[in-house]
Amino acid sequence: MTSIATQQINYLNVKKGIWSWLFTLDHKRIGLMYLYAIGAFFLVGVTLGIFMRLELFNPGRDIMEAKTYNQVFTLHGVIMIFLFIIPSIPAVFGNFFLPIMLGTDDVSLPRLNLMSWWLYIIGALFALSTLVFGGGPADTGWTFYAPYSVKTGTNVSMSVMAAFVLGFSSILTGLNFIVTIHRLRTPGMTFNKMPLFAWGLYATSWIQVLATPVIGITLLMIVVERVFGIGLFDPSMGGDPILYQHLFWIYSHPAVYIMALPAMGVVSEIIPTFSQRTIFGYKPIAYSSMAIAFVGYFVWGHHMFTSGMSGSAAIIFSILTFLVAIPTAIKVFNWLATLYKGSIDIKVPLLFALAFIFNFLIGGLTGLVVGALAVDVHVHDTYFVVGHFHYVMFGGAGFAFFGALHYWFPKMWGKMYNMTRAYVAFGFLFIGFNILYFPMLILGIMGMPRRYYDYLPQFHTLNQISTIGSWILVVGLLLMIYNLIAGYRKGPKATGNPWNGMTLEWQTDSPPPLHNFDKMPELPEGGPYNYPNAKSQ
Amino acid sequence: MNHHFTLPNSGHHYDAKASKMGMWLFLYTELLLFGGLFLVYMVYRSLNQDAFLLASFNLNVWIGTANTVVLLTSSMTVAMSISALQKGDSKKSILLLWLTILAALIFLVVKYFEWSSKFEHGLFPGMDHFNQLPNGEKLYFNLYFFMTGLHGLHVIVGGIFIMVVVAKIKSGKVNKSRYQLLENSGLYWHLVDLIWIYLFPLFYLIH
Ligand code: HEM
Ligand SMILES: [Cu+2]
Repeated sequence: MTSIATQQINYLNVKKGIWSWLFTLDHKRIGLMYLYAIGAFFLVGVTLGIFMRLELFNPGRDIMEAKTYNQVFTLHGVIMIFLFIIPSIPAVFGNFFLPIMLGTDDVSLPRLNLMSWWLYIIGALFALSTLVFGGGPADTGWTFYAPYSVKTGTNVSMSVMAAFVLGFSSILTGLNFIVTIHRLRTPGMTFNKMPLFAWGLYATSWIQVLATPVIGITLLMIVVERVFGIGLFDPSMGGDPILYQHLFWIYSHPAVYIMALPAMGVVSEIIPTFSQRTIFGYKPIAYSSMAIAFVGYFVWGHHMFTSGMSGSAAIIFSILTFLVAIPTAIKVFNWLATLYKGSIDIKVPLLFALAFIFNFLIGGLTGLVVGALAVDVHVHDTYFVVGHFHYVMFGGAGFAFFGALHYWFPKMWGKMYNMTRAYVAFGFLFIGFNILYFPMLILGIMGMPRRYYDYLPQFHTLNQISTIGSWILVVGLLLMIYNLIAGYRKGPKATGNPWNGMTLEWQTDSPPPLHNFDKMPELPEGGPYNYPNAKSQ
Repeated sequence: MNHHFTLPNSGHHYDAKASKMGMWLFLYTELLLFGGLFLVYMVYRSLNQDAFLLASFNLNVWIGTANTVVLLTSSMTVAMSISALQKGDSKKSILLLWLTILAALIFLVVKYFEWSSKFEHGLFPGMDHFNQLPNGEKLYFNLYFFMTGLHGLHVIVGGIFIMVVVAKIKSGKVNKSRYQLLENSGLYWHLVDLIWIYLFPLFYLIH
C-alpha cells in the first residue's frame, strides 16, 4: 500500500530542473551526479586506452608519435586514477547508500558534500584544460617523477593542480563519511552491527583523510618548483629526486586501498544477499579492512626497490608488503565460506563479485611477485607491472563498481535492467578483460618495458592478442551501458527489495523517498545479514 | 502516510559534535600537509647542516620573536572570545575576535617587512644574490619562503574565517547555544598558531 502512495514522490521527481540537481544537498542526487561525471571520464579514459592499444598493435609508429603516446598514457593514468577509480565507489555508492544503510536521511555535513562534488568538477576541468592550454597534457606518466616533471615543457603544473584539487575533494568526502558513521547510525546499530560496506568506507575514509594531504603538499612543491625555478627535487640544484618518490608513494600506495577497500565492501554486501546466508566471519572482514588500511600506510617503499634504497629498508618494506596479503586473504576465505552451502542465486551482481575475487586474486598474487626483492629487479617498469595494476584496479575495483551498479540499480532508479543482456555483457567484459591483460603479464616477464610506443618484433603476437582483447572488452562495456540505459528508460518497475536483501536500504521504496524512510527502519535481529531461513550458521 | 516523518538520527539536525569532529579531522589533514614540508626540511637540513646555519643568520630573531608573541596573544583572545559567547556576552566576544584579527594583521605586516628586506638583499629565488649562493643555502631560502608563505596564507584564511564568524554573531546565527562555528574558527586559529610555533625555531633559532 505505502509503496503505491510513495512511488509518486521520490527523490528523483520531487523537484525538477537542472539547478535542483547542481545545488542539491540530497546525498542521493549528489551520488548520481558523481556517477554521471565519473562515468563520462571513465569513457574518456577508456578511449585513450583503446588508442594506446591500437598504437601497440604493430611495432613502430602506427597512429601516433612517441611524444603523443607519452601524453596519452599520462592523461589516461591521471583520469583513471584521480577521476575514475579513487572517487568511484565511495563518491557514487558511498554517497547514495551509506546514509540509507545506516538508517538515516543524509550525511552529517550535507553542504560540505556538495562542495566536494564541485571541487571534483573543478579538478576535472583543470585536468582537461591541459588538452588546450599550455604545452599540452603532461608527458611524465601519472607519477610526475622529478626531475623530469620540473623540466618538461608540457603543462605539468595544471595536471598537478588538478590532482591537488581532486585530492581536496576526496578528503572532504572521507571526512564527511567518518563523521556520518560516528554520529548518525540508527538507534541500536553499534559499530559491530553496521553493514560491511559501511566498514569498508570507514577504513577508506581514514586513508583519504590521513594520506591525501601528503600528496597534496608534494604536488604543490612540484608546481612551486616549476613556477619559481627553485630546486626542491632537482638534483642539479641540491634537491633529492628520491625524496620526491618517497613522498609520492606515501600517498599513492595507500591510494590503492582507497580503491580496493570500498570494492571489498561491495563484494561483502553482494555475496550474502545472493547466497541468502549470514556472512561468514563478520568481524574478521570488518576488522581486516582496518588492518589493511593501517599496514598499507607503511609499505610505500616497494615502489622504489630499484631507485636506490638501503638493503635493510628494502627488506622491511618487502616484509610489510607481504603482510598485507594476510588480511586480504582473510576476506577471500570468508567470502568463499559464505558461499559454501548457501542458496546461491547466480545473478549478474554476484558474477561481478566473483569476477572481482578472481581478478583481484591475480592482481594480488602478482603483487606479491613484484613485492619480492629479487624478482622486482627484473620486472620493475615492465608490462608485468602494467598487467598487475590493471588486474587490481580495473579487474578488481572496476568490476566491483560494475557489480555495485547492477546490485543497486533497481534501488536507485526503481527500474530493472534486462538480465539476459546483462549476462552477455558480463561475459564479454570478463573474457575481454583477461585477453587484454593476461598477455601483458607474460610480455613483462619476457622483458617488454612499459611506457614506450614501440617494441621489439618478438613481442608482436602477444601485443596483438592484447589489443584484440581490448576490442572484446569495449563491446562488453557498450552493451552493459546500453542495457542499463534501456533499463532506466523502459525497464519494468522494481520492487523495494528485488534480491531479498537484509540491509536497511532494502526496507525502503525503490527509488527511495526524499528523506529515505517514511517510517522508522527496523534493524534485523542478530546482525545485518541474519537470514531467517539460512540453512546453517 | 505521514509526510512529515523525521528520523530521530536525522542529518539535518544541528549537531555541534559532528561539526566539531569534522573540524578536528580537517586539522589532521592540515598537520599532515605541513608534515610533508617538515619532512623535506628535516632531510635537507641533515644533508646541509652548515649551509642551513649560515643562511639562518640572515633572519632577525627579534622580529621572529615579536611575531611569535603576537600570534600567541591572538590565540588567547580567540579563546577568551569563545568563553565570552558561552556566557552570552556577544559584544565582548566580537571585540575579542576583532583583536584576534588585528593580531593577524600585525603578524602579516611584520612578515611583509621581513620578506621585503630579503628581496632588497636579492635573496628571493631568481635574484642575483640568491643565484650566487651554494645549493644548501638556496634550499634553506626555498623552504623558508615556501613554508612561511603557506603559513601566511593560512593566517589570511583563518582571519577571513573569523570575520565570517563575527558577521554570524552579529546576525545572531552564532549565539550562546549555537557557538560551534566560533569554536571551529578558534580551533583553526590555534592550528595556525601551532604551526608557527614549529616554524619559528626551525628557521630562526636552531644552531
Ligand atoms: C579499456 C580499458 C583500458 C585499456 C585498453 C588500458 C590500456 C593501458 C595501457 C596499454 C597502458 C600502458 C601504457 C604504457 O605503459 O605504455 C595503460 C596504463 C595505465 N592504465 Fe590503463 N587501460 C584501460 C583501463 C584502465 C583502468 C580502468 C584503469 C584504472 C582504474 C587504468 C589505469 C592505468 C594506469 C594508472 C596506467 C599507467 C599510466 C602511466 O604509466 O603513467 N587503465 N593502460
Ligand atoms: Cu604499492
